Amino acid sequence: MEFTEAELKQLEQLRTRYPDNRSLTLPCMWMIQKREGFISNEACQLIATELDIPRIWVEEVRSWYSMFTEKEEGKYVLEVCNNISCSLLGSQQIIDYLCDKLNIKVGETTDDGMFTIKTAECLGSCGTGPMMQIGDNYYELLDAEKVDAILEDLRNGKEHAQQPQQFPEYK
Amino acid sequence: MSDLKILLNFERNGKSHTLESYKQRSGYKTVEAAFKKYSPADIVEEVKKSGIRGRGGAGFPAGLKWSFLPKDSDKPVYLICNGDEGEPGTFKDRVILEENPHMLIEGIILSSYAINAKHAYIYIRGEYGYALRQTQQAVDEAYKAGYLGEKLPGTGYQCDITVHKGAGAYVVGDETGLMNSIEGKKGQTRNKPPFPAVEGLYGCPTIINNVETLASVPYIVENGGEVYGKIGTEKSTGTKLLSVSGHVRKPGVYEVIMGDSFMDFLKNQCGGILDGKKLKAVIPGGSSTPVLRPEDCEKMTIDYESITAAGSSLGSGAVIVIAEGTCMIKLLEVLAHFYHHESCGQCTPCREGTGWLLKIIKRIEEGGGKMEDIDTLTSITKHIAFHTICPLGDAACGPIDSFVEKFREEFVEHIEKGGCPYNGKFTRLQKRI
Ligand SMILES: Cc1cc2nc3c(=O)[nH]c(=O)nc-3n(C[C@H](O)[C@H](O)[C@H](O)COP(=O)(O)O)c2cc1C
Ligand code: SF4
Repeated sequence: MEFTEAELKQLEQLRTRYPDNRSLTLPCMWMIQKREGFISNEACQLIATELDIPRIWVEEVRSWYSMFTEKEEGKYVLEVCNNISCSLLGSQQIIDYLCDKLNIKVGETTDDGMFTIKTAECLGSCGTGPMMQIGDNYYELLDAEKVDAILEDLRNGKEHAQQPQQFPEYK
Repeated sequence: MSDLKILLNFERNGKSHTLESYKQRSGYKTVEAAFKKYSPADIVEEVKKSGIRGRGGAGFPAGLKWSFLPKDSDKPVYLICNGDEGEPGTFKDRVILEENPHMLIEGIILSSYAINAKHAYIYIRGEYGYALRQTQQAVDEAYKAGYLGEKLPGTGYQCDITVHKGAGAYVVGDETGLMNSIEGKKGQTRNKPPFPAVEGLYGCPTIINNVETLASVPYIVENGGEVYGKIGTEKSTGTKLLSVSGHVRKPGVYEVIMGDSFMDFLKNQCGGILDGKKLKAVIPGGSSTPVLRPEDCEKMTIDYESITAAGSSLGSGAVIVIAEGTCMIKLLEVLAHFYHHESCGQCTPCREGTGWLLKIIKRIEEGGGKMEDIDTLTSITKHIAFHTICPLGDAACGPIDSFVEKFREEFVEHIEKGGCPYNGKFTRLQKRI
C-alpha cells in the first residue's frame, strides 16, 4: 500500500501547518479511510513510516476514536442518532424500520455489501431529528418515505448534497 | 424582548457563508480599523469590559482567561477554536460554522492579535462534514483576500488558521483532550495544572475558546466592550445562542438577549409544546445540566445566575423540552448510556461508575429494580463527582442526581409496578412512520 501522488502533495502542504509530524496522524488516517473505506494494519504501518512514529501510536488512535474503522463495512454506513433529542422524536422507530427493510440487525451489513446499520451518539442535529449520517452528509427529519427514497437513491449511486439545516415548524 | 442579532445577522439563503455576503454585512471592517486603533492589550481590555463568558459550557470570563497567559514566555502562543460540539442537545456552533464562518474567522484574527498568537486551529468534530467544508472554504477565501497569512492589512501582523478534523469522541471537547487530539494522540484529557494558558498545545501557552465566544469578538471590538456589556443582565452580558430541541413546535437555533423570560421564549418564539401537550420537564443547558420541572422554570430568565438559582445551569445553551407522557427513566437510560460510552477510561470512578449507573437504571426501567437501587444511584454519583481528572465524570452525575431528586416518584412507580408504565417506549408525538 502507498500514498498516491496527490495525497503526498497534500501531506507536504499539511506538514507546514503543524510544528510536529505526529499531528498529521489524524489527517493521514482520514485520507486512507476516505480512499479505502477502513484503516488496515498495513495502512497503520504506512502512516507510521511516513510520519516516522511507532505504529502502535497509529493503531491506538484508530481504536480510540469512534469514526475510524478497522474492518471493511458496507459501502454506505447508516449511522442513526439515538441520543436524547432524536429518541424523543422517534429515532428508535427509524432504526427498527431500517432493520426491517434491510433485513439486518444494528451492527450488521447487508449481503450485497451495500449497507451497514449503526447507532450513533448525538450528532448535533437535534433540531432536525430523527436523523442519520451517511459518509460526509447528514440526512435529517427522517420518516419512512424519506428513508425509502434515500436508500433507493444510494442504490443508484446518488448521494445528496447537504444544505444548511432546515428547521421544521410542527402544527 | 429586543430582536438584536449579533451572530445570526444574516438571511438564511444559502449564501451567508461567502466572503461577499459577510462583507455586505460590514464584515472584516473591524479588523482593518482595529489594528490601527488598538494595541493587543487594548483588545484584551475591551473583551474584559464586555463581560462575555465562555459559551462552551463552563461560562468562564473570556477576557480573564486571556490575561492568564504568561507575559515573559519565549514560546509561541496558540489559539484554538473549540468546534467539537458534542454536548447532546447542542447544535448552535454548527450554524456559525456552516452559515457564518467569516464572522468566526474575523473573531479569531482579532483574538489572535490580542493574545499574540500567530497560528490558530479550528477543531471541528469529524461528523460535521458540511461544517468542515463550509469553514474550510471560508478560510481559503480569507487567505485569498489577504486577511490571513503574512502581513495583514495595515500591519506586519501574521495570522494563520488551520482547520482540524476530529474523529468522534465527546471527551475531546474538553480543552486538554482537544490539545492531545491536535497533537495526533488519543483524545484523553490531561491533569490540570498545568493549565493550557501556561502549558498547552505542544507544551506552549494556549488559549481555547468556543466557536460562539470567538464569533462574538468582532462585535465587541467594533462597538466597544462597554456597549456589549450593556446588553443582557449585569453578570450575564450579551446575546446567547440557544439550541432548542425535543417536544417543541419550532425547534431551532435562536439568538436571545440574556435575561429574557424563559417561559415567554418557549411559548412565543418556540411555539410551545408539540401537540398542545403540557410541559413535563426541561433540560436547559445540554445533557450534562440538571433537569428542571415546569414550576422551576416559571420565574426563570435566560442567564447564568437565574438558571443556576433555578437549580440547573445555562451550560452550552441547549434547551431540551420534554412533554407529558414521556418516561423519565427511559430518558435517563439514554443519557447514562451516553456517558458510559464516552468515558475515556482513565479514571476508575468514571469508567466503572458510569457502567454501574447504566446497569441499575436499565434494571429499573426493565422491571427488575429494587427500592434500594434509588439510593445506590446517588451514592455512586457521590463517589464519581469531583474524583476524576476531567469534568466528564461530574457531567455524568448531574442528570442522575437531578432525575432522582425531581422525578423520584417515577423511579418508585417503575419498581412497584415491576416495569415501565410507558411500555419502555417514548410516546410518538409526531407521526413519522
Ligand atoms: C467532556 C467535556 C466536553 C466538552 N465539550 C465541549 C464542546 O464540545 N465545545 C466547547 O466549546 N467546549 C466544550 N467543553 C468545554 C471546554 O473544555 C472549554 O471549557 C471551552 O471550550 C472553553 O471555551 P469557552 O471559555 O469559550 O467556553 C467540554 C468540556 C468537557 C469536560
Ligand atoms: S472523568 Fe471520565 S472521561 Fe474524564 S478523564 Fe476520567 S475517565 Fe476519562
